[in-house]
Amino acid sequence: MALQIISACVNCWACAPLCPSQAIYEASPHFLIDPKKCTECDGDFTETQCASICPIEGAILNSQGMEVNPAGSLTGIPPEKWQSVMAEIRAR
Amino acid sequence: MMELPVIGQSVAAPAKGGCASSSCGSSDDQLSHLPESIREKVHNHPCYSEEAHHYYARMHVAVAPACNIQCHYCNRKYDCANESRPGVVSELLTPDQAIKKTLAVAATIPQMTVLGIAGPGDPLASPERTFKTFEELSRTAPDIKLCVSTNGLMLPEYVDEIAKHNIDHVTITINCVDPEVGAKIYPWIFWKNKRIKGIKGAAILIEQQQKGLEMLVARGILVKVNSVMIPGVNDEHLKEVSKIVKSKGAFLHNVMPLIAEAEHGTFYGIMGQRGPTSAELRGLQDACEGDMNMMRHCRQCRADAVGLLGEDRGDEFSLDKIEAMNIDYASAMEYRAQVHAEIEAKLQAKQEQKAQFVPLSSLHPQRKYRSVLMAVATQGSGVINQHFGHAKEFLIYEASSDDVRFVGHSKTELYCSGGDSCGDEETTLQKIIRALEGCEVVLCSKIGYEPWGALEAAGIQPNGEHAMEPIEEAVMAVYQEMIAAGKLDETEDVAYAHAS
Repeated sequence: MALQIISACVNCWACAPLCPSQAIYEASPHFLIDPKKCTECDGDFTETQCASICPIEGAILNSQGMEVNPAGSLTGIPPEKWQSVMAEIRAR
Repeated sequence: MMELPVIGQSVAAPAKGGCASSSCGSSDDQLSHLPESIREKVHNHPCYSEEAHHYYARMHVAVAPACNIQCHYCNRKYDCANESRPGVVSELLTPDQAIKKTLAVAATIPQMTVLGIAGPGDPLASPERTFKTFEELSRTAPDIKLCVSTNGLMLPEYVDEIAKHNIDHVTITINCVDPEVGAKIYPWIFWKNKRIKGIKGAAILIEQQQKGLEMLVARGILVKVNSVMIPGVNDEHLKEVSKIVKSKGAFLHNVMPLIAEAEHGTFYGIMGQRGPTSAELRGLQDACEGDMNMMRHCRQCRADAVGLLGEDRGDEFSLDKIEAMNIDYASAMEYRAQVHAEIEAKLQAKQEQKAQFVPLSSLHPQRKYRSVLMAVATQGSGVINQHFGHAKEFLIYEASSDDVRFVGHSKTELYCSGGDSCGDEETTLQKIIRALEGCEVVLCSKIGYEPWGALEAAGIQPNGEHAMEPIEEAVMAVYQEMIAAGKLDETEDVAYAHAS
């Protein structure tokens, strides 16, 4: 039972001080969660702290490997809209 | 010699602290009604005093990466050397690196009077890093003013810590006082261990901002309020914001234009929310000005900017370069004091000249001429000293029968110089002409043949005859030439008519 930080992380430091288990540590190229220490905040908070402050969609996975904050859930940008605008920019 | 009038200077400040004269609140004299103790604090602060920004420099150190809210104009993934938006940085610093960089810059650029922490996240969301930097600098470099910029969410909690470190300038970004408007700007905040979305989150943020503002004012800390103007979202609403923050004691309001391009990957950029035109921005600033002092010279600089406003010398102070520098700050401080004294003498002389000014309207009370907008290319020191082709921005001045006043600036390289892939196929010259829309004259030290013709064809008269002259004097001289040539005889406000 542990969360995981993946490559989308931008190293903003917001999560690390919030972790009740000190499971998050600075690493290269991005922050990591020590799976042995992570408790998914069980017993400390009702919501996983790192995933509740993380501003980057898709950067944190739950123990099933699913994105805790999927595309569009934080920015409000519909994923289809994002795709079409990016395609437009590439086409220029 | 002809000298510019200073708006409001002859008008005694009314007891309420506002200004009775409609011409009051000019950027040039925006500080005149403030008590001496406050003027002393801001007279050499480039972000607070329009006058000071021609002479004094500032720097930001990017020590605070974390943020506790999301704004629709921000994208936390962004890092681009060609970008000049707030919140964008190239290199995150530890507090120790930030202290070293600050001392290196202060020794190299003695005009640097102000150190700010403005991100790239929210400084109060990284409190240990932010306050460690301030604490050390207040000890080793007492001649540097310290400032912090915040979204306000954690302000009530840290007001006492701010007071303790001698930070006497705080900027709060307040885009709204209505949670329904707020929900269109802030999709979520992080508050008491939870992510809170929508109106509920916006309401908490607004409450904290207002409380923080009141607490700072109660402790005698100067507060500037920044607002981002988002057409159709908060543009009308900002007039109310301006009234409220003024009534609570903020001493300066800075309305900035939204910057939103699809390439930035922000909500507003992707969704096609447009920013205001220069004329719309000036219009809102004018509308708010009746209520409080408006700041018009903000350059919306990066969270790691170094130098005079509008310039960025950050490249000279990268981590590897400052590692190699050996700074003797005690002797640097002596040199800095000398340079500051020279600048003060210059400003004093300018002030004395201004006091002798006789407004045009008092010489010709029977005639009223329409006002004219003029663009100026300058590299600082308050004089016209830049080649047209080298200008990345132009300062905009408004000349009228009563005075010359600074009303804003136009960037000509619109936030991105990343080459042909950025923007459309409009040529640089066409872009400049569009940025100068509404101006009838452009003053610069020199200008080439090709742009001369194109500007003239667009109704903007290039003028290189006032090189190295003080800006306001030159603008007034050109205005008088226009009057003498009979160009301003119409009564309607043509300058604005053709700007729209």
